Amino acid sequence: MTPIATPFFFYLLSGLALLGGILVITRKNAVHSALALILTLLALAGLYLMLYAPFVAGVQIILYAGGIMVLFLFVIMLVSIERSQKEEQFNKQWIVGFIAAGVLGVLFVLVYVKGRALLPAPTAQIPNESQNTQNVGVLLYREYMFAFEIASLLLLVAIIGAVVMAKKRI
Amino acid sequence: MVPITTLHYVIVAAGLFVLGVVGVLTRRNVVIVLMSIELILNAVNLNLVTFSRLWGLHGQVFAIFVITDAAAEAAVGLGILIAFFRNKETVNVDEVDLLKW
Repeated sequence: MTPIATPFFFYLLSGLALLGGILVITRKNAVHSALALILTLLALAGLYLMLYAPFVAGVQIILYAGGIMVLFLFVIMLVSIERSQKEEQFNKQWIVGFIAAGVLGVLFVLVYVKGRALLPAPTAQIPNESQNTQNVGVLLYREYMFAFEIASLLLLVAIIGAVVMAKKRI
Repeated sequence: MVPITTLHYVIVAAGLFVLGVVGVLTRRNVVIVLMSIELILNAVNLNLVTFSRLWGLHGQVFAIFVITDAAAEAAVGLGILIAFFRNKETVNVDEVDLLKW
């Protein structure tokens, strides 16, 4: 069974993702930027589903759109933004920034288009999606056990660091 | 229509990456700079998941690690931002110039 209307959904979702990205870097109000970033994250979750990665799509929605973006919105609420909306939004070296990013983008596209022969076509057979979470879990707890432990340590350090930074006096 | 290949996904990821770089290099508001960093990390994640379609599940596992790092980075970065805002009453990057000569 081949998926139906794959090009349509691909162009729709990637268009939404890029539109959200453009809105993130152009809006004056930081809250609007955060909402546009949520649009991008949800569109990317859809793209992950199209790539047969349902577990990563779920983690993306729960952790990114649910967790990290709430953190962002809380911080936007804590730091007053009324004043910063009236100020200049772009810094003095914005021309250089645009040129550097444009050169980087041209470089990416050139490398990808020249090296497209190195990218094999995806296999026609569709991976077994019902076992995706199980397989990711097995890989995570067997091959990547050490990295997993280090990630938990990293999260612990991040919790302590965030509390120490944000607290008025310790 | 042409079938969607790996190249399509990779080019979308490159577009998101470039948008994030533009945001980091040109915006003054620290919150939006942090959001642009999230955009960059998401572009990398899209690349990883795309390649995991070709070469097995390792890319998806790595994408999960990248999401973990993004959570830690956001928490610490926003904590620093709150501490900085309490001291200097501004959220602009170019006013963070204590270490500038």
